[in-house]
Amino acid sequence: MPVGTVLLVLLVLWYAAAVLLNLAWERDQRERAGELAGTGLVTMVAATMSQKRPVLPAPHQVAIELIDTTFGKKLSSKRSLVHHTGITLASTLTGFALGTLLGVGLAVGIVTSRALDASLMPWVIASQTIPIIAIAPMIIVVLNAVGVQGLLPKAFISMYLSFFPVVVGMVKGLRSPERDQLDLMRTWNASAWQTLVRLRLPASLPYLFASMKIAVAIALVGAIVAELPTGAVAGLGARLLAGSYYGQTVQIWSALVMASLVAALLVALVDLTGRMVMRRSGGRA
Amino acid sequence: MSEGRSPAALAVSVRDLSLSFDTADGAVHALSHIDLDVEHGEFVSFIGPSGCGKTTLMRVIADLEQPTGGSVQVNGMTPGQARQARAYGYVFQSASLYPWRTIAQNVALPLQIMGLDRATRAERVARNLALVDLEGFENKHPWQLSGGMQQRASIARALAVEPKLLLMDEPFGALDEIVRDHLNEQLLALWARTGKSVVFVTHSISEAVYLSTTIVVMSPRPGRIHEIIHSDLPRERPLEIRETPAFIALAQRVRDGLRAGHAPGDD
Repeated sequence: MPVGTVLLVLLVLWYAAAVLLNLAWERDQRERAGELAGTGLVTMVAATMSQKRPVLPAPHQVAIELIDTTFGKKLSSKRSLVHHTGITLASTLTGFALGTLLGVGLAVGIVTSRALDASLMPWVIASQTIPIIAIAPMIIVVLNAVGVQGLLPKAFISMYLSFFPVVVGMVKGLRSPERDQLDLMRTWNASAWQTLVRLRLPASLPYLFASMKIAVAIALVGAIVAELPTGAVAGLGARLLAGSYYGQTVQIWSALVMASLVAALLVALVDLTGRMVMRRSGGRA
Repeated sequence: MSEGRSPAALAVSVRDLSLSFDTADGAVHALSHIDLDVEHGEFVSFIGPSGCGKTTLMRVIADLEQPTGGSVQVNGMTPGQARQARAYGYVFQSASLYPWRTIAQNVALPLQIMGLDRATRAERVARNLALVDLEGFENKHPWQLSGGMQQRASIARALAVEPKLLLMDEPFGALDEIVRDHLNEQLLALWARTGKSVVFVTHSISEAVYLSTTIVVMSPRPGRIHEIIHSDLPRERPLEIRETPAFIALAQRVRDGLRAGHAPGDD
């Protein structure tokens, strides 16, 4: 079980790091109380793993917090992690759907029109050179000024991040048919639309799903980043921000773990959908 | 060949055709002053070494390349008009079947593009798959078929359009010799049954001699016709004909033509 071994090593390393990083505070506390000399090693190590605000919480502390805030709270409660995850998930999925649509649309334009190919692609690339952390607050503020609030501004930022891999993948996918296949379409006097629908789009499906796996993961990142400048009202981003305001490191870490679990789940779902679509359309996989 | 016939009465008529590409090293003459007639119902092979322009000539006939001089007529139309009228079917060396479609759906694809209704499509798919002995494979995907079967499916797809002319660009070039022999035999039977005109590009002397009523020997740099050889073999040709003196003599003529057309200094 190499996977299990790696996991175990990581866990051991995490515990060791937690002990080392949290030790200074424990020593400091005991020194002030004059108890340092009388504290045994076992007590000290145990104490580093049960601090309220550790520099690095131990894995089991994160796990307990995660389970408690996931299953131990009412869904309507502001302390429920499920509540916050649901809010982030809603804007992630909305932004992902919009980003995929935008990405496919742009790719079709780029592949079918020479003018769009030359004019659009530089802008698509430029859009991704701007750090999202810089542009997100501005998008929120501008959209707020025109009366768009709530889910949509966050979804917009998810879309802004997630359309990019879809454009790149789909342009490659739509151009993937071989010359013979395109020539055949020409011998049948197929229109550009028929070539697109009957050949280019079906040929691009494997590329689309590969891109969508990346897109859905960064859509989640976009949604979390978008929650930071909104005043940290709700969502996983809000949990992260509130946690850092109040030094609640266990809360930060449990929100991080939840975010990565959700990302893994979303990527797996897209992968599964892709496999099912490929199998239905006669793929070997 | 029939000098002086009107182009409309011919399957293909090529007059003084030239095609040159501009490259960084100057103009490359892919085709130079080609004259050629293909009568209805003929089986014409283009044979020659790489770079002799045999595929390019076929692509000009199919309106996939534009000539820089001369004229081409296909069934009395320009290549562009012939393409729009779907007057020919094209078979490539690769079967070029779409992997996400079944065999039946692949054969139906050009018919869908033509806008034929479902019943007509189904009838033509069944008839043409039967013609290439692929009944029972309708619902298979291309990867489930051997290379030879895939190429038969692509021939059925070309025939389903019901063109008068079949253009075949080394259709069996990627297949092993046993399969190729078998498909050559089937192709002759198909040709006899359907009465189509066929233009066929090949590297193989024995394939050209076995299949053709007319063999066009081409030579490179510039791409041109070296010799046009009319076959005196009977139209009924079992595979054993390849051991007869008449066949061997004809193959020798083609070989001599290829050698003479091969300019000294070429490899």
